[in-house]
Amino acid sequence: MGHGTLEWVYVGVVVAVLIYIGADAWNVERFLDDAPEEAEVVKVTGQQWFWTFEHEDGRRELGELHLVKDVPYRFEVTSLDVIHSFNTPDFATMIDAVPGRINSIWYVPDQAGEFLIQCREYCGFSHYQMRAKLFVEEPPGGAEQGAQVTNASATTTNDLIPPLGAAAVAS
Amino acid sequence: MVLEVRKPRPLWEILFSTHHTDIGLLYIIFSITLFFLGGALAISIRTELFLPGAQLFDDSNTFHRVFTVHGTTMLFLWVIPFAAGIGNYLIPIMVRYKDMAWPKLNAVAFWMLPVGAALVWLGFADTGWTAYPPYSILRAPGPAAEMWIFGLKILGISSILGAINFVVTILRMKHPDLPMMKLPLFTWAILSTSLILLMSMPTFTAALIMLYTDRLGVSGFFNPAMGGDPIAYQHLFWFTFHPEVYVFVIPAIGVIYEIIPKFSRKPIFSYTSGITAFILLTIVSFASWAHHMFATGMSFSEKTVFMIGTLAAVPASAMHIFNWIATMWGGRIRFRAPIAFVVGGIILFFLAGAGGVVNSAMPLDFLTHDSYWVVGHMHLFLMGIITFAFVGFIFYLFPLITGRMYNERAAMVQFWLMFIGVSLVFITQHLLGLYGMPRRVFDYVPVEPLITMNQISTVGAYILLVAMGIFLFNLIKSAGWGKPANMEDPFGIQEKYYDYRRREPHH
Ligand code: HEM
Ligand SMILES: [Cu+2]
Ligand SMILES: [Cu+2]
Repeated sequence: MGHGTLEWVYVGVVVAVLIYIGADAWNVERFLDDAPEEAEVVKVTGQQWFWTFEHEDGRRELGELHLVKDVPYRFEVTSLDVIHSFNTPDFATMIDAVPGRINSIWYVPDQAGEFLIQCREYCGFSHYQMRAKLFVEEPPGGAEQGAQVTNASATTTNDLIPPLGAAAVAS
Repeated sequence: MVLEVRKPRPLWEILFSTHHTDIGLLYIIFSITLFFLGGALAISIRTELFLPGAQLFDDSNTFHRVFTVHGTTMLFLWVIPFAAGIGNYLIPIMVRYKDMAWPKLNAVAFWMLPVGAALVWLGFADTGWTAYPPYSILRAPGPAAEMWIFGLKILGISSILGAINFVVTILRMKHPDLPMMKLPLFTWAILSTSLILLMSMPTFTAALIMLYTDRLGVSGFFNPAMGGDPIAYQHLFWFTFHPEVYVFVIPAIGVIYEIIPKFSRKPIFSYTSGITAFILLTIVSFASWAHHMFATGMSFSEKTVFMIGTLAAVPASAMHIFNWIATMWGGRIRFRAPIAFVVGGIILFFLAGAGGVVNSAMPLDFLTHDSYWVVGHMHLFLMGIITFAFVGFIFYLFPLITGRMYNERAAMVQFWLMFIGVSLVFITQHLLGLYGMPRRVFDYVPVEPLITMNQISTVGAYILLVAMGIFLFNLIKSAGWGKPANMEDPFGIQEKYYDYRRREPHH
């Protein structure tokens, strides 16, 4: 093969791989972008340097968040001062908390237990310890409430990150 | 051309000179000095993170200032000035002109650097090198933040002036007998870099003024309380700085094109594909800036567009790698320090590019963004290919600049230490990111495997420290007392070396 051919073949392979990656990413993201209709809304507010949560029924929590397993949640995230980022590593989700904007993200907690919520955008003095605890509880009275819900969101990417989970929260 | 260390000129003659080799020398010495200073800060960052809890610094504030100045220094006071330095040395030789097009402007551009550097270092701001508002306008303490803003302003203007000079020297001062398509690829690299810089940098310099007036409270461009939008800053910032990452990397690519054919004793595999790839990179570098902002709440279609723009930059980089490997293939490679560093850099470049593709796939970016993964990714570029290629080139230019040879064995020891060190520090950081460790943190949750991995990363940094010690010693010792080089062919590779005799009288 001459100069040209070899290089064209190579560039062709690279482009093909990229198209495959791009198409796959597009496909997954398309699904992840819209929360299911029935998702429960939790309002999340970041401030230097703590998180507050407000449930649909008006319950408010500070530094702790209680969710029910297998129920889809949509988080409406904002900030009152500087930019923060609402991150739950164990459920592979993060979205920036931007003052003056409401961003949303959703997931279905598919495991019960204690997890770590942290800030992932530099926000000043105590950025490194702007954490909250996430408690995912078994649904009361059996699993009827959310059992039929697909929990694809959590499983598509969740396998990729090893869990930090309870150990991180305890510390 | 040779800096006669044995027959020294008075220092002021170099300092006040406008000759391109003198300015080039000043740039190179300045950038290497700042590289060591920035490196010292990096060591203190890694020392702090060796164990959970406060180690070296009393509180997070000092730590935040240290990583801000570290990042700013490495990007604007090491990579950019070093590229300008070697450009100054070589571009006039390569286009066969007596000097840069505007020698005085050239000197002005250089002398702005120490001023900008002094502002950044004396201020020691805590905004992070990205200085995102509203933090940078509402909460970051002054006058450090103001000094950072003005420092960057000066550095930005300096690089714009330098870029104009390069573009004009290459396009207008080129010897009439020398067609564009015969210029060395290094010249094309500097041309692309300068064009990208000219098109992107003005946006950031404007954004800096907006930051400053926002801090004064007279405007509210980025202040939501005054109707502004902090995300607008991120667009302006990345419109400059995504192209700018190519400003950082393209000179390194050019350097690799200088070194590989000489030490493989074979012509470049495909000269035209090299040029094509430079032109492609120059264009597509402007198509992907918002891939840094996937998590700010962009719509699905925006994310898709910027993912495609990002992936579009990959084939051009892949063409360069192909070209290098094909050039070395079947060559009679003389494995001296310059090409050792280049080959190491290419391996790290490949890893870094693969990591970049992961970042750009939208769903995966939510795993990597603002985590230690991104720190690892950008350093595989900045410390991997860029610094490796530059260090290799320092050795390659060493005889030209000093008239002496560096110590080959010390350089090879340095190479292996650096390669091992960089892999330990930055590949581990990718994993830390996947385990959920955010970037820019003073402390982390004390659980395994975070502790062990942070320790591996820190040990790697200490290995780099040793390598840098050897480097510094080698540079100083060899410049003063090294073996006089055979200036026709200092590396014994039967390849033409730069024309060292060419020395015009000083202006
Ligand atoms: C194959 C080409 C590349 C691709 C596909 C790529 C992709 C990306 C993406 C998507 C991000 C954003 C990650 C995030 O914050 O979530 C990123 C960050 C970054 N990249 Fe690259 N990149 C490439 C080449 C480069 C080069 C050549 C450099 C520098 C010479 C570079 C330096 C950086 C830096 C400094 C950041 C982090 C900026 C920050 O947040 O502070 N990248 N890259
Ligand atoms: Cu934060
Ligand atoms: Cu980018």
